[in-house]
Amino acid sequence: MEGTHGGEKTKSRLCSICNQRRPALRRPKTLEQICRECFYVVFEDEIHSVIVNNKLFKPGERIAIGASGGKDSTVLAYVMSELNRRHKYGLDLFLLSVDEGITGYRDDSLETVKRNEIQYGLPLKVVSYKDLYGWTMDEIVKMIGLKNNCTFCGVFRRQALDRGAALLKVDKLATGHNADDIAETVLLNILRGDIARLSRCTSIITGEDGPIPRCKPFKYTYEKEIVTYAYFKKLDYFSTECIYSPNAYRGFAREFIKDLERIRPRAILDIIKSGEDFRIAPSTKMPEQGTCQRCGYISSQKWCKACVLLEGLNRGLPKLGIGRTRGVVNPKDDQVKSKPCGSLDF
Amino acid sequence: MACNGTGCQSGGCYKDNAGDEEEKLSTEKKLNGDNCGDGNHTRHQTLCFKCKASEATIFTGGEGGSRFCADCFRSNLYGKFKLAVTSHAMISPTDKVLVAFSGGTSSRVALQFVSEMQLKSQKNFDATAIRDRSLPVFGVGVAFIDESEIHPIITSTDFNQSIENIKEMVSNLSPPKKNLHLVPISNIYSTKTSDGKDKLKNLINTVNDATGKEDLVTHLRMLSLQKIAIENGYTKLVLGSCTSRIACHVLSATVKGQGYSLAADIQYADARWEVPVVLPLRDCLIQELNILCTLDRLETVEVFNNSCSGINGLVSSFVKLLQEENASRECTIVRTAGKLTPFPFNKIPETNTNDADMASQRRHKKFNLKPIESLPPESFCPICNSPMNAGSFDNSQTTPEHFTAACCSSCRYQILPEDRSSMDDFYSFLPESVITRAKDGNQKWIRERIQDCLILDEDEV
Ligand SMILES: [Zn+2]
Ligand SMILES: [Zn+2]
Ligand SMILES: [Zn+2]
Ligand SMILES: [Zn+2]
Ligand SMILES: [Zn+2]
Repeated sequence: MEGTHGGEKTKSRLCSICNQRRPALRRPKTLEQICRECFYVVFEDEIHSVIVNNKLFKPGERIAIGASGGKDSTVLAYVMSELNRRHKYGLDLFLLSVDEGITGYRDDSLETVKRNEIQYGLPLKVVSYKDLYGWTMDEIVKMIGLKNNCTFCGVFRRQALDRGAALLKVDKLATGHNADDIAETVLLNILRGDIARLSRCTSIITGEDGPIPRCKPFKYTYEKEIVTYAYFKKLDYFSTECIYSPNAYRGFAREFIKDLERIRPRAILDIIKSGEDFRIAPSTKMPEQGTCQRCGYISSQKWCKACVLLEGLNRGLPKLGIGRTRGVVNPKDDQVKSKPCGSLDF
Repeated sequence: MACNGTGCQSGGCYKDNAGDEEEKLSTEKKLNGDNCGDGNHTRHQTLCFKCKASEATIFTGGEGGSRFCADCFRSNLYGKFKLAVTSHAMISPTDKVLVAFSGGTSSRVALQFVSEMQLKSQKNFDATAIRDRSLPVFGVGVAFIDESEIHPIITSTDFNQSIENIKEMVSNLSPPKKNLHLVPISNIYSTKTSDGKDKLKNLINTVNDATGKEDLVTHLRMLSLQKIAIENGYTKLVLGSCTSRIACHVLSATVKGQGYSLAADIQYADARWEVPVVLPLRDCLIQELNILCTLDRLETVEVFNNSCSGINGLVSSFVKLLQEENASRECTIVRTAGKLTPFPFNKIPETNTNDADMASQRRHKKFNLKPIESLPPESFCPICNSPMNAGSFDNSQTTPEHFTAACCSSCRYQILPEDRSSMDDFYSFLPESVITRAKDGNQKWIRERIQDCLILDEDEV
């Protein structure tokens, strides 16, 4: 621990917030020693203020929560339904899941989501790759082998979520991206020289020009706190790694963030703050968006990425649209906008 | 291709190790530049890429990473320095330039190149002296900040030996003879007080955070350099900051929440200081500078242990790791930060308009940065001199509370002590110049300085 920030002085045996109960944890974000009840309160209150201060939702809106069965989206679904009830947001909440068709992996995690549907009383909609595209991930892997799958799952999942949201007729999609994810994205965009994405990656609401706006109520919530919350609340989530990536390793940037957090927990928030404050000329825009001539999805090209990839699969040329084929699939696209494919969260 | 980068590594979709390896190689090839990717590769392997005559003995990484003979390597590196100097009007003939020398590789090369440039101007001057409109030759001085007061580890014999080496090194530079300013860092305290040294020690000791301590020393060093420059009539301060160093700064500033002010620190010129600061080695990698020092036997002197700890230490090992994985990473990081909108003070204010200045102005335009925002920042942090985007504050009073309010959030967190009494101590140990800066002085003269920049901007439109 660097310096004495974060309440090192409170060596007392009592929770540093209520001063009544025994502390149960050292809060990852501030290192204060607090009791379980106070942790629930600060955790939920913080998310509530983020929602209110950023005007994420309006009363009467229909909101889909991207639910993968993983920790982030499970905690999001739980907390959102709690806050909606407690603070009378007046929202109609739904769970939206994507079934990529991965035997022994997604089918199990979907069971978790189905239990959440009952536990939290939120209607669930599942859209499957098979229905939308005619291919399951298992079939795609059989066809193209163990390489380049991220292109498919990234592109397909993004569109599948939008299509599911359209079917549910929701106004907005809430995703479980947490503070660690956003800090990582900021760093990756610096490392890659992607100034256009750097200017947008800290926005709490994105895609307002697209079919369904997306928002991130966990923008300032630490991953460690989400895990802690799920642990204390004994929330039912699925934590098995993708069967195709048994020893998925974390990237340099993620490791770096964890190292920073260890000596200065505030660093995660500081990175996000930097991302928000960078002086970027408003002219650094993304390419003009049109619609796909084949399926009508937003696209800056004639065909959207999913259609290009599908065409390749259907014609037995799966390499089509992968890699450096000019302007078709931007290799950067898949990497951080959506969560890493294996992590079960969107 | 999608799994190549850092993004998907964390989730790792369906990739097997073999595929992974292949992806990585192809990325590296792409990012290392395609210079050597053609079929002629093997045939020309041993020839210098530039002159295609001599044998290549030097291999550089990074962007445009290439193979050179010693002569071409040297001229290529000097060329980068010279381009930076001329295209950003860093040094004009009437300037008196102070080079900050730390003993390390980067500032050693900066010193070498500035001397070379001075020697060349001198030769030009001598050749054209008969004509009456010949250009004067800029002056060069060297500053070494003695930090032994706050780095107690080194023994005095070692230290004295290092100082002797520095003196000898400076006296061996090409003519004309250069002034060496060997100044203790406590010179930032008024000469009227004899307890500067103690105040400085106490000041640093009141800072708890290891990173904050390190950064405070960096800010004080800059103050010290500025003071030397002002007192001795220098008009520019040359720092040896190279690409690698700047890449580290980009990430550490990001990590410390200094995203707003970052754009100010990484430009070629920084005129928010009373004596404008220039970074002519901004486009050179530390690897290249190391090669040059070895090649030309340029002496470096390790006087103080400059390895960083805390956040700065983590950042530099992270950047080192990234650079090993991809030799152009540092360049990309600096390029990203270079796309951030600079501040009005990120160019050399143009004073008089004689022919030479006009010429450099014209060159300057060719390399012009993006249009600069017209509004100057509201205020500057009295500790780190970062421009701040927050609203203005009441700065008429001189109390620790008002001082705290005048600081940027990053300094408030990592440098200012948390509890009241330590903060009072900290405040009482500050050099007067810092307190004045918090009060009003800084803001006032910065506004004046920016005023003439802004007029210049309008002229250019
Ligand atoms: Zn409590
Ligand atoms: Zn993937
Ligand atoms: Zn389409
Ligand atoms: Zn050569
Ligand atoms: Zn500051």
